[in-house]
Parts: sequence; structure tokens; C-alpha cells
Amino acid sequence: MRYVVWGLVLLLIVLHQDVWFWDDATLVFGFLPITLLFHAGISLSAAVVWYMATKFCWPDDLEDHVIEVVREEQQA
Amino acid sequence: MTQLVIIAIYLALLLALGGVASRLFRGTSSDYMLASHSIGPFLLLMSLFGTTMTAFALIGSTGEAYKEGVGVYGLLASSSGIIHSLCFFTIGIRLWSFGQRHGYRTQIQFFRDRLESDRIGLLLFPILVGLIIPYLLIGVIGAGGVINGVTRGAFVDYGWFEDYGFGVPGWLAKLVICGVVLLYVFFGGMRGTAWANTFQTIVFMVMGVVTFYVIADRLGGQDSLLANLRAASQAVSDTKLIRGEHISKLKFLTYMFVPLSVGMFPHLFQHWLTARSASSFKLPIVAHPIFIMIVWVPCVLVGVWATSDLAAVPDSIRPNQVLSYLVKNLAGDVLGGLLTAGILAAIMSSLDSQFLCIGSMFTNDIVVHYAGKDRFNDKQIITIARAFVVAIVAVTFLLSLAEPRRVFTLGVWCFSGFSSLFPLVFAAVYWRGLTKAGAYASILVAISSWLVFFQQSHFAKDPAYTFLGMMPVATMIACSTAALIVVSLLTQSPGEATLAKFFRR
Repeated sequence: MRYVVWGLVLLLIVLHQDVWFWDDATLVFGFLPITLLFHAGISLSAAVVWYMATKFCWPDDLEDHVIEVVREEQQA
Repeated sequence: MTQLVIIAIYLALLLALGGVASRLFRGTSSDYMLASHSIGPFLLLMSLFGTTMTAFALIGSTGEAYKEGVGVYGLLASSSGIIHSLCFFTIGIRLWSFGQRHGYRTQIQFFRDRLESDRIGLLLFPILVGLIIPYLLIGVIGAGGVINGVTRGAFVDYGWFEDYGFGVPGWLAKLVICGVVLLYVFFGGMRGTAWANTFQTIVFMVMGVVTFYVIADRLGGQDSLLANLRAASQAVSDTKLIRGEHISKLKFLTYMFVPLSVGMFPHLFQHWLTARSASSFKLPIVAHPIFIMIVWVPCVLVGVWATSDLAAVPDSIRPNQVLSYLVKNLAGDVLGGLLTAGILAAIMSSLDSQFLCIGSMFTNDIVVHYAGKDRFNDKQIITIARAFVVAIVAVTFLLSLAEPRRVFTLGVWCFSGFSSLFPLVFAAVYWRGLTKAGAYASILVAISSWLVFFQQSHFAKDPAYTFLGMMPVATMIACSTAALIVVSLLTQSPGEATLAKFFRR
């Protein structure tokens, strides 16, 4: 899953280039420029991907290590 | 005058908040600089977001969209949503853990330890402070301009400040803003800063959305919100609804390197260290892109609407004045005052962290480091930090009086400088093979290339300057990365004891 998440981050960076809507002036729902909607979608997708990162790629060992070190210091 | 009263009430509220935060001050230097590592997920989210969003988030985004069209969102906002959270995730959490384990308060303490080099601090210190000063000036000068702009005519009955359009003079506005930020940073320290940032972030997010709604209503003149939105957008020329010729594809791609600056901002390093636990980072990492969207999408739409005949913005209005102009003409005094409070909120929520951070750096990296840890007791360290905060606020205020004209363009250059140092922090966290010589080489190449490009851009006079069609930051990062890798491979790695402090087998 870890590789999937980092793959999705890379995919976001590629999709962010958005060359397909570069010259498209379509107004979605009659008011939202399509490239702006697409990039707002990138922002929302980034939130979803980062949520997945906190679920599947979270470095739990870091916090455990800090707690361990602090406890050792307190005991000393 | 209504706007002036609203601004005064807002500033008084901020001072009151600083006063409450100062009552919780525990009297230790760790509490003053790092809030005793007590900041939970919500305050951390608001602090990090408020600190990374400057005046540019409201007035700059509207102005750039007015000038360049909707492409500005992809250029600056959606890219930041990806890259900022990437930096929080890959760099922030790890630096937080090093800070907790080894008691760091500043970036330079970390680099000195990680690279086994005392002198790296002397090289980095002037670079970091030098790059952050234009960033501070952007905020102070922006605040002065905004307050003068919205209060023009307020004192016409009294005949005061004629030279300043009968509004609050810019120098006085800057003095008041610096004074308010100084007071709550001085007394509240990092806790006061985090609380103030949270309050201010809520203010500028809410005001951005309210302003959007009101401007859509006035411009559209229809019965429903959807009809207003359609009327406003359909009056805009197609050239503002696309990226077209406004920017090249290569420049758009390489602009994505600019937000990497977040990985090396010293004030963000300090905010990261305030976190109560690593888990406190989860909310900021996930919510940051959404918060950016909530602030930027309405501002970008307002910016492109301003180009239509419905808004009838005169040619004499500069891009950065577009939002104030629309609010003043379409929304009335009360909303104008509230929006101004929102803009000041965005500005001050960056200024406070930067002032506190530079004060902490002077105290820890220069005074305490060279005088010796046992030379001062904890109360004296707090006094020194406060004295430096006062001095920095005073210097910033005095520099802001000179009003360097290209200060907004300088902002992108200062971000690029921080970005060019990103390979250093990334390698310091993840690569055991990084050596002291490799770090020196990377820093020197980053700053040399920055100086060369800065000179070629005629010292920021040419805002459209590119190198080989790319943003210069891309080349700076490539050069500093190459220097870091090549020199590190050719020189001796740090000792095992040092590596064991930072890397687990």
C-alpha cells in the first residue's frame, strides 16, 4: 500500500500539469472555468492522498522512539 | 471611519487574546519559544496554515488572477497543496522527532549536530535571516498600504493627514501593526502566537468566503446565488478563463519547485517543534490542501470577474488594489472594514512567527551558543529572546519606511532561495552519506546560483525572468543537489555516533 500511496502522489504531480484543459474556456455549471474546477479537484484529491499516507505510510516508530528516549531520560 | 473603528476593534481583540495566552505562560524558555511542545492537531493546523498564507493569499491571489487569469490557482495554490503537505510529512515529522529527542529549538542547532560542524551555523545564519527579511517586509509594507487605502477620506472633516489622502499614514499603520504583533509575541511567546494565528486564520478564511458571496451578489444582480455566479463568470473574456499565453508549460512545471521553500523556512521548523506528538501532524497534512482551496478558489474567481465590464475596474487600479476596490465599491463600509481585518489577519499570522523565530535564532544560535549554555539562567534566556524580538521588530519597521518598490517580486526570490536549500534538509534527514563538506558545497552553490540569477534578473526588476524557459529555482535546486551528492561521495561520512543519533539500523 505504501508504494500505491507514493505512486498516487507522483500521479497528482503529473495530473497537476493539466495540459488538456490549457486552452479550454468551458464554464462548468455555467460559472466555473473547467481548469479551475480541475485544479480544485487536485486540491481535494491531494487531501485524500495525504489522508491515505497518514493511514498507510505513517512512521509509527518515530513516536515510539521519542517516547522511549524521553522515558530513558526521565529514569536517568 | 467605520472601517477604521472595525480595524481598531480587531487589533484590540488580538491584544486581548495575547493577554490571555500570556497568563498561561509557564515562565520557561522552552515555553516561550516552543509552547512546551503542547500544541495539538487543531492549533498546529491553524498555525501552519496561517503562517504559510501571507497577504498574498487574499489580495495577491485576486490581483494575479485579475492580471493573468484562472491559471494562477494551478501555479500557486494546487501545487502548494501537494508540496506543503509533502514537506510536513517527509520533513516536518522527522525534524519534530529529532527536536524532541535532542532538545533542538532552531534549524541551525539541528544542522550543527547532524553535520558535526559548528561553523555551518555561521554560514547558514546570515543566509536564513537575509532571506527572511524581504518576507517580513512584504507583510509590513502590505499592511501599511492596505490600512492607508481603506481609510482614505476618514479624516477629511478634521483636516488631518492631507498628504496621505486624509487616511491613516502608511508609516503610522506599519507602526501600529508592528506594535500589536510585538506585544502579543513579547508577552505570549509561541503559545500567544499559535492562539493568535488560529484566531486570525479563522478570520481571514471566513472573510474571504463572505466577500466572495457579497461581490457575486452585487456583480450578478440576479435572484439566486447560482444565477449571480453565472452572470459574473459569463461576462468574463475567454482569455482570462484559460492559461493560454499567460504562462509557458515549462514555466508552469518548474514553478512547482517554489513551494519546496516550506521545507527550509526557519519559522515553520519552530512551529513543527511545538507539536505535542507526531500524530498532531496528521490533521495539518490532510486539511492543508483543502484550506488552500477554500481561500484561493473564491479569490481567483473574484479576480477574473473584476476583468469584466460588470465590475468596471478603472485602468488606474493596480492588480493588488483590485480586491480593496471591489469591496469598497460593492460591499460598503462594514464589510470593507471586516475584509481589511481579514487581510491584516493573513499578514500578521505570518509576521508573528517570523519575529519570534528570528529572536529565537539570535538567542540560541549566537548568544547562548557562543557564551556557553551555563552562562545564562532560563529567565535571562527569555529576556534575551524578548530583547531580540523587540530589536527585530524595530529594524523591520525602519526598513519598511524605505518602501523598496520591488518587494513583492523579491518575495518569489526569497522563496526560491529557501527552496534551493531544500536538498540540504532532505539529505540531512534521509541520507546517511551526507557529509559536512557536501553540505557546505550545497549551501555555497545554492546561494551562488541564487546571486547569479538574481543579478541576471536585474535584481528582481524583471518579474518575467526565466532561465532556459524555466523558473530559475529549478536550476538552483539541480545545482545544489549535484554539489551535495558529488562532494559527499568524495568526502568522509560523519562518525557512527552521530549517525546513530539520527538513523536507526
